[in-house]
Amino acid sequence: MTQRTEQEVLERIERIRRRPPRVTDERITLSHGSGGRATHTLIEALFLYAFRNPLLEPLEDQAVFSVGSARLAFTTDTYVVSPLFFPGGDIGDLAVNGTVNDLAVSGARPLYLSAGFVLEEGFPVADLRRIVASMAAAAERAGVQVVTGDTKVVQRGKADCCFVNTTGVGVLERPVRLSVSGARPGDAVLVSGPIGDHGITIMLARGELGIESDLRSDTAPLTELVGLLLDAAPSTRFIRDATRGGVATICNELAEASGVAVILDEEAIPVRPEVRGAAEILGIDPLYVACEGRFVAVVGGDEADAALAALRSHPEGAAAAVIGRIGDDPPGLVLVKTEFGGMRIVDMLVGDPLPRIC
Amino acid sequence: MRFVDEFRDREKAQALAASIATLCEPGRRYGLMEICGGHTHTIYKHGIEDYLPEGVQLVHGPGCPVCVIPMGRVDDAIWIAEQEGVTLTSFGDLLRVPGGRGSFLDAKARGADIRMVYSPLDSLRIARENPDRRVVFMAIGFETTTPSTAMTVLRAAAEGLENFSIFCNHVTIIPALQAILASPDIQIDGFIGPGHVSTVIGCEPYRFIAEERGRPFVVAGFEPLDILQSIQMLLLQLHEGRSEVENQYTRVVPWEGNQRALRAIDEVMEPRPTFEWRGLGWIPDSAMRVREKYARFDAERIFTLPANRVADPPACQCGGVLRGTIKPWECRVFGTACTPETPIGTCMVSSEGACAAYYNFGRFSRQRIRQATSA
Repeated sequence: MTQRTEQEVLERIERIRRRPPRVTDERITLSHGSGGRATHTLIEALFLYAFRNPLLEPLEDQAVFSVGSARLAFTTDTYVVSPLFFPGGDIGDLAVNGTVNDLAVSGARPLYLSAGFVLEEGFPVADLRRIVASMAAAAERAGVQVVTGDTKVVQRGKADCCFVNTTGVGVLERPVRLSVSGARPGDAVLVSGPIGDHGITIMLARGELGIESDLRSDTAPLTELVGLLLDAAPSTRFIRDATRGGVATICNELAEASGVAVILDEEAIPVRPEVRGAAEILGIDPLYVACEGRFVAVVGGDEADAALAALRSHPEGAAAAVIGRIGDDPPGLVLVKTEFGGMRIVDMLVGDPLPRIC
Repeated sequence: MRFVDEFRDREKAQALAASIATLCEPGRRYGLMEICGGHTHTIYKHGIEDYLPEGVQLVHGPGCPVCVIPMGRVDDAIWIAEQEGVTLTSFGDLLRVPGGRGSFLDAKARGADIRMVYSPLDSLRIARENPDRRVVFMAIGFETTTPSTAMTVLRAAAEGLENFSIFCNHVTIIPALQAILASPDIQIDGFIGPGHVSTVIGCEPYRFIAEERGRPFVVAGFEPLDILQSIQMLLLQLHEGRSEVENQYTRVVPWEGNQRALRAIDEVMEPRPTFEWRGLGWIPDSAMRVREKYARFDAERIFTLPANRVADPPACQCGGVLRGTIKPWECRVFGTACTPETPIGTCMVSSEGACAAYYNFGRFSRQRIRQATSA
């Protein structure tokens, strides 16, 4: 075998990286649903390949288009969570808030939702009643109406209790154009509150860890906070709610789509002590843990202070923080200055963060 | 957070870094191996290398239990999981490790009942709650986790549980270190010793490394200051021309280890004549199996295993990477047959393994990254 130089090896890796993603797995695994690299591969190689069009192509969490003189935002999301009821919420308010938030982070005012239910034979009606009541309350709080819906029942064992799909429509009343590819060097990165509450709450609520805490899911509508941010910082480039894959995944998507470096300051990232403690025990990084009522925003560097003040003026944004900035090099990379004073690269995960034994 | 923040203090880190810098002779390379995967994780997570001078190079050792398990054993475990009425339980980080026929996650997708547990005792609960299932715990790890597996077997025996067994893949650290040290061209000047393994086996077993092989050995804790202090202690030994076993992790590790845990292991298990390590090949006396006395809890006796063997390609040079004699990119299969998606050797399996880290981030020099974050 011929001797290869380091440069040749690196160039070969770069060529492989530039190849369009391919799904090589024979079957769907849980990794494909984690929001990480496996999910991205599936979306790009399968769904985007089949459905390709200019509205889908940017792979935002919602599509924004004009109908007549109105600019509309349109999104859908399906909710599967175990347990269905957890401290701070249930699958019902999650299904309303999640879709409301995917609309809100485009700058839209959410208007109408659909609700589709897949119910397992034998599911208690009392539980369904509870879920629907919590959806109604969440819709009222978020100022949206559930205007159409669908119900399917499948045989016992063919679904896990109850799955909910919601689709939402909103209207853009501001002239904003937010985009994951809009970040520029010098911009500031903000988060609207402490991260990881929802994901850790769910892990603890499954009861497998024997850890008890007062932690609650952060599920909440973000419409008001987004409004305050856009009023205070018209330069806002991008907002995305940090659900599956957490803040780290959003920052990776941002770095890749905008061709910039995202440089985070670990000390500035708000994490509740309970979340930090549980994450330490499990050996997972809060940066990858899901939130259901927090967003990451990128604003022009000169408007960072105004944006932060606006967010902190709202009870949901009281712990908002500037957590980092956008740099130009190395493009596509997320770096974290650690509390300890070092630095690390935060990559996109392949699948879900898994507890470590060592 | 108490018991955490005090071991992550920046000022103390800077003081240690200054001491480390004065102990390094200009122009000399110091290859220090952190044996344990947990240490690799700490080093990576906190960016400890940013506190070290250019001359100090950390070499990631063989102490990541999910990385060293050979593909054939993963395939055997999947075969067990696919038998009628079997539930296989496993620690989380093993779920994605590929064997020759995919990972546990792939097997789960094909219909196998594979469940993640946080402790072997969780498997007993599953066995109690599902008397019609045969529950098999995929037992892996070094001496850190071996006692809890042994205790679980003892508990199952005491309860008279009939539907529980373990697939024993426990390995031992000393033979692996002997294998690495056996090479004449080894480029390791000192060892950051495995803290959690040492809580069980104590510090005595490492004496041959210091006394016969002339390499300083410091048993280290898992917080960033623990690691920095251990590096400082190693460099001080090298500077003073000493090679001793020292214990930095005194708050947890007793010099003599944990005799009760060792007795539990000895009661339930015995050494295997030989065991295969991914990337390192067959190493004598390097793993444990269940004793005859507890045969009814031994999946290897309960099932007639296919004894899958997936040979590492002969071109795999993990051994050289671990000994520090070659760089990841110099390995013959690096980036071609061996990639993070299709890892061959242990160094590519874990995202923090030397080869995986180089594959993902080798194009960014540490210098370039420091510049980006210092602005």
